[in-house]
Amino acid sequence: MSGSVVGAVALSSGAASGAPLRLDEPLSFWGGLDLATGRIVDRWHPQSGASVMGRVMMMPCCRGSSSGSAALAEAIRAGVGPAAILLLERDPIVIVGAMVAAELYGRACAVALARAEDWDRLAAATRLTVEAGPGGATVVVEA
Amino acid sequence: MPLELTDFDQEILDGAHGGAAAFAMRLLMRFAEAVAAERFLDIEAAHVDGCLYLGRASLDFVERMAGLGGKVRVPTSLNVGSLDLIHPELFLGADEIRKAGARLMQAHVELGCAPTFTCAPYQSVYRPRFGAQIAWGESNAIVFANSVIGARTNRYGDFIDLCCAMTGRAPAYGLHLSENRFASALVEIEGVPDGWEAERVCVAVGHAIGRRCENLVPAIVGLPAETNEDNLKALGAAAASSGAVALFHAVGLTPEAPDIGTASGGIEPQMVLRLSADDLAEAARSLSNAPDGAPLAAVTLGTPHFSIAEFARLTPLLQGKKPRVGIWINTSRATREELRARGWDKTLAAAGVTLVVDTCIYVTTLTPRGAGVMMTNSGKCAYYAPGNLGVDVAYGSLAECVASARAGKVVRL
Repeated sequence: MSGSVVGAVALSSGAASGAPLRLDEPLSFWGGLDLATGRIVDRWHPQSGASVMGRVMMMPCCRGSSSGSAALAEAIRAGVGPAAILLLERDPIVIVGAMVAAELYGRACAVALARAEDWDRLAAATRLTVEAGPGGATVVVEA
Repeated sequence: MPLELTDFDQEILDGAHGGAAAFAMRLLMRFAEAVAAERFLDIEAAHVDGCLYLGRASLDFVERMAGLGGKVRVPTSLNVGSLDLIHPELFLGADEIRKAGARLMQAHVELGCAPTFTCAPYQSVYRPRFGAQIAWGESNAIVFANSVIGARTNRYGDFIDLCCAMTGRAPAYGLHLSENRFASALVEIEGVPDGWEAERVCVAVGHAIGRRCENLVPAIVGLPAETNEDNLKALGAAAASSGAVALFHAVGLTPEAPDIGTASGGIEPQMVLRLSADDLAEAARSLSNAPDGAPLAAVTLGTPHFSIAEFARLTPLLQGKKPRVGIWINTSRATREELRARGWDKTLAAAGVTLVVDTCIYVTTLTPRGAGVMMTNSGKCAYYAPGNLGVDVAYGSLAECVASARAGKVVRL
């Protein structure tokens, strides 16, 4: 099934598909994510209990502790991390976590910067395919 | 604009300063491109938040640096680890985590980092000077260095803080640059609940601005005149837990904010947040998920690490009846030495206080798991402990924490 294509900026290379998971509030990977299961355990978070594993996670930026990068890298290593992450800001904590997982383990979690005007359409898709590389990033949106 | 490298940057990248520095520079370059920095700048110090064992990834990263024979290029302090190396018997977690956690701390020391193991390096000899360019990890330390001292760092996550330390360079973007340090949000405190001391006001304000201002730079007007450094520390720690605040200005209190015009650079705020006494009371209430009167398992203080000034405020409160439940206080090795030199360690032990160094109670398995609530005067600890430790938490002022420890249940004053 083909879908429409939305342009984005590549922040960390990778290619993956998954159902979108739009977070209603930013998440701190450290303290907010169970690194054994990929579930959100931040009791303050509106999506507490949801799993990020294999999803295309959408959040404007992450939140809280600067230990988020290691937590994200560990989640990716353990195979419970998101398939890809779409941001609205160049959040360095997310970028570094994905980058280190790629360097140490060769496991890619694509990270891309989307446009605010595309956000609702991306979140409403049944499936997103994110491709991010040196040439830029695209997101294929399946309705 | 593409990223521009100096001859020195290029030398590091080419391996002239060793394989570890080259690896660090490679990561830094990709990071700098991602955040759209155009160049690197020299840093004079780093604070590395990589000692907390979160799983294989954190250890694999530093082992690779150590395996390549790396050494840090600038004075580098270390954040907390997973265990108290001086009192390892306090650790109640799995043996594998104990071993990996100890190795992680040791591997950082082999890279030339100082074994400070504190989340409050700004209250140690590693306190930076006003205007210093630094690369710091640990959200509470970042917000303190920027806001209370006027040093300059971005929110460096772990890995990148170490890469900056290994190269002595940081990407020139964000809060390193003067034009990004002006206030982008205005926070006006319109009233405070009756009887509240600056301690509680600051935690409530921090929690509220974190939730509302996310990563804006708030300028706060109307904090109590008696607000001290430890109150601002608590404010920043709470704001960097419930939000991504890396810099705030407390007008009339912090060095880049003698007045609102200077703090904002004359730029209109993107948001205005007015906090009433009711808003502050609600913010403080929301930090507790245990009801008043609930039986206590422990009181924990020192998130971030308790300073000598905080111990000085605590010790008079401990005079009198010995508390029924234990008080656990996280602090640094350096502060513990100071307590010994002053003879305060004996007073504290007599009052049932357990000192924890090198780590923090809310990141690791230390307190005996019994029935009951954990009480703290820290907005940060109250925020994270339920998720990290699976405990119920009550937030209260320092005096309420001590009174509750004495009563064995959550008491309000």
